[in-house]
Amino acid sequence: MSRPSDLVQGTLDMLILKILALEPLNGWAINQRLKQISSEVLGVSDGSLYPALHKLERRGWVRAQWKPSENNRRAKFYSLTRLGRKQLDKETASWNRISAAISGIVQLKEA
Amino acid sequence: MDIEQWLYSLPLRLRCFFHPNRVDQEMKEELREHFEQQIRENVAQGMTPEQARCSAVRTMGGMPQIEQQCREARGGSVWDDFTQDLRYGGRQLLRSPGFTALTILCLTLGIGANAAVFSWSEGILFRPYPAVAHQERLFALAGTARGQTGAGGLSWPDFQDVRRNCSLCEEAFVSKITGSTLSAGDHAETARGSIVSANYFDAIGVRPILGQGFERGEDVGSDSHPVVVISYQLWRDRYKGDPQIVGKMQRFNNVPHTIIGVAPAGFYGTFVGWAIQFWVPASMEETFESGGYKLEDRDARWIEAYVRLKPGVRQSQAQQEISAIAARLETSYPASNRGRSIGIWPLWQTPFNHARTMLPTLEVMVAVVAFVLLIACSNVGNLLLVRSFTRRQELSVRIAIGASRVRLVKQLLTEGLMLSTLGTAGGLLVAYWCRRALVLILPTRSGIAMYLPGQMDGRVMAMSAGVCLFVTLIVGIIPAFQTRHLDLAGPLKADSSSVVRGRARMRSGLVVLQVSLSFILLVAAALLLESLDKIRSTSPGFTTTSVVTTGVSLVAAGYDVPRAKMFQDALLDRLSALSGVDSAAFARVTPLGYATYSSTPIVVDGYQPSLEEQPAVEYNQVGPGYFATLGIPLSSGREFARSDDEPAPLAVIVNRTMVTRYWADHDPVGRRLQVRGRWARVVGVVADSKYESMRETARPFFYVPLRQDFVREPALNIRTRQSLSSIRAALVREVHALDANVALYEMITLQEQVNRSTSPQLLAVTLVSILGSLALLLAGVGLYGVMSYAVAQSTRELALRMALGAGAANLLRLVISRGLRLTAGGVFFGALAALGLTRLLGQLIFSVSPHDPVVFGLALAAMTTTAMLACVLPARRASRTDPARILRD
Repeated sequence: MSRPSDLVQGTLDMLILKILALEPLNGWAINQRLKQISSEVLGVSDGSLYPALHKLERRGWVRAQWKPSENNRRAKFYSLTRLGRKQLDKETASWNRISAAISGIVQLKEA
Repeated sequence: MDIEQWLYSLPLRLRCFFHPNRVDQEMKEELREHFEQQIRENVAQGMTPEQARCSAVRTMGGMPQIEQQCREARGGSVWDDFTQDLRYGGRQLLRSPGFTALTILCLTLGIGANAAVFSWSEGILFRPYPAVAHQERLFALAGTARGQTGAGGLSWPDFQDVRRNCSLCEEAFVSKITGSTLSAGDHAETARGSIVSANYFDAIGVRPILGQGFERGEDVGSDSHPVVVISYQLWRDRYKGDPQIVGKMQRFNNVPHTIIGVAPAGFYGTFVGWAIQFWVPASMEETFESGGYKLEDRDARWIEAYVRLKPGVRQSQAQQEISAIAARLETSYPASNRGRSIGIWPLWQTPFNHARTMLPTLEVMVAVVAFVLLIACSNVGNLLLVRSFTRRQELSVRIAIGASRVRLVKQLLTEGLMLSTLGTAGGLLVAYWCRRALVLILPTRSGIAMYLPGQMDGRVMAMSAGVCLFVTLIVGIIPAFQTRHLDLAGPLKADSSSVVRGRARMRSGLVVLQVSLSFILLVAAALLLESLDKIRSTSPGFTTTSVVTTGVSLVAAGYDVPRAKMFQDALLDRLSALSGVDSAAFARVTPLGYATYSSTPIVVDGYQPSLEEQPAVEYNQVGPGYFATLGIPLSSGREFARSDDEPAPLAVIVNRTMVTRYWADHDPVGRRLQVRGRWARVVGVVADSKYESMRETARPFFYVPLRQDFVREPALNIRTRQSLSSIRAALVREVHALDANVALYEMITLQEQVNRSTSPQLLAVTLVSILGSLALLLAGVGLYGVMSYAVAQSTRELALRMALGAGAANLLRLVISRGLRLTAGGVFFGALAALGLTRLLGQLIFSVSPHDPVVFGLALAAMTTTAMLACVLPARRASRTDPARILRD
């Protein structure tokens, strides 16, 4: 089981929150969406998605509900709570700040 | 975790708490679903099912590992934290068993006292009638008279009018306590019964286990329905649980009654103080009551009744309607109802049973046990403070390795909860053992069991749980408060830090609190003791020591009125011939007994009552020689004689207060007085005495000759120089010489009668004294703890003093004076509070000032002695300090 790098580990929560901000999804669909969006670069293993989801639920950022899925099976759908929305905003803001700073540094022309 | 987050995650945590298995199951299901989706996907891409499965396993990784990671991510549930704390706390408590046992003992006593008093209040005041439905809507119904406080009986026709016209009442029923003789022999046994309306059992929702209750109309007519429902206990004890009992006959007061039903076990009737053993319909009242047929007489106010209000109806609304009904009755029947009204009272204020006499005692007890609980809590708090000091190291380490303060407080609260839960369990046990204790303290009357049970019902349990939570908070918060001062460097610092001083202040504060609370209780106990002493030493206005009172069971032996008169005369003749008997006389009611006096409207020649006033006065029917026998001084005129018989002109003897009120202090002998509708002539004036209670103030009262208002079973009073047992033996001999079938009732001295009438005071004194001693003991233990600790903490200082030349006596004095300073502080605050609070003892205090200096002095002496005792041991330990050793260390 491969673990994503530390940076990605820290941002996985934010990515999940962002995906759920668009629409409530079940674990499988979140996984698919993650792979699609990041073109499999991030390499989030299926194994690490679920502990992350459960942690978010525990923190009160997402809420889970059992509903029939597209192919009419019972599936656990996650959706964003108001608290999760706030957390996403916070993390996005800090991400933007940090990535701007980092890319500023990285793009410094060598003298 | 902030509060909002806590709220958001609460549902999940609650689910983890209540359905841990289901949560785990769902997690597995979610993962399996993902796994199978992966397989389906793989198959769709053209793999064989076998390949698809293998590939899915590779993509996902080991299922058990993921499951475990999910569990960890979900976090420990509240329950997990809690059980962890519980295990840890258990280990902590077991590590110091002495501390744990002492703490739990303190809490058991504190909580037990509360639970016991609440169970008594519940069983006597709030839900006094086991098995009776909807007691919260039950109210006592009684008659009142304008210009008089208190309440009296109701007439049967008035009751019927209320019952018919009260639209807010769901039910109205009568339950008038009465007595009957059950067995003969040389000892008559009395059974307590109730005269009830026919709807009684339906109204209270009690169904007989055998047979049935009364039918409509069985409470109509004169001695027309001799039927009886007997109690479970009577059925089991007297009839050996005979399953064929229904339909059998039993004589009550010598009238054969058909037993039509057996009440269920656990139903004791509707009278606080007695377990009722039989019920008869109101139509049988003549058999059980004096005064003849009363069901159509609005002047005969003899019944005690209850109403159950419809759901949602307030007392004030119902009272308004009933007052309006009473006002209409007043207009319709001015002759009997002028100046009369009808009131309702909640059960705990019922004017006609023991609830009324118990109420003040229980009110005071509720306050007293709250004090005891506070003292116990502060004691436990003190113990915990000592321990939290020794645990400082542990707590600091836990903070250092990352325990949050919240988690630490939770841990301490859990330990508090364990202590208080054990204390509460012990307390409930104590309350359970004590539920019959009130009856033990009250003097028993032979043959009849007093019945004042505690009720351990849901409300008492809820109350105790509330107390338990309260205690948990207090005993948990006190050490938790200390964690505020904890910091990582704490244990490294010397003990002279401000932390220790703050802690010492807190402990001293707790001791001062304990001392003041126990001082208040001591003052209360001393005041009650003094009052009881005053009550018992007040003269009742008649001789108590050399007069005995008893009765003979003429009714049960089948005597009619003429034969009863003959028997009474013959017995008096034989008694007066006995040596050692000074005089003997019959009277319907013995003063201060439970039997109630009759009351009658009076008209006084030459006295013009105001329009609103209808003078009504209570009276007693007494035989010749009554005043000489009881030693009530006759100030004018003459006693009744045997010639004051039925054909003779009606005679009355009035008391001094009546002379003052109605004849303006002029001697009324020879004047006319109308009683019970007929004119009588005043033949004598006697001194005032106590009639119903030692606490009553002088009131108008008069006497009529027994022969002119005859009852077959009056009390027999004998003035004698003999001992109780020898006069009893002599009386049995004389009675049996006249008729072997006649039995004797219990014989007691009038002093005993007085003592019984003051039993509520005795009860209050006993309970408050017990609890006061307990409080004193707890305060002593608290003081001892603080002083021992102070000595242990200041060994270095003491050693230094010794090294500098202080003798053992100096140190002894030093330590004791510290202890006494704390005591003095406590006594100061306690005395201030007591000055304000003792007023609340209200009517339990009798002719003692609530600020009586002697009482305060006594309490001070007791408190100081205890404090000295508590300080002596630590002080001696201090004086034995070995300065060389301590200073070397």
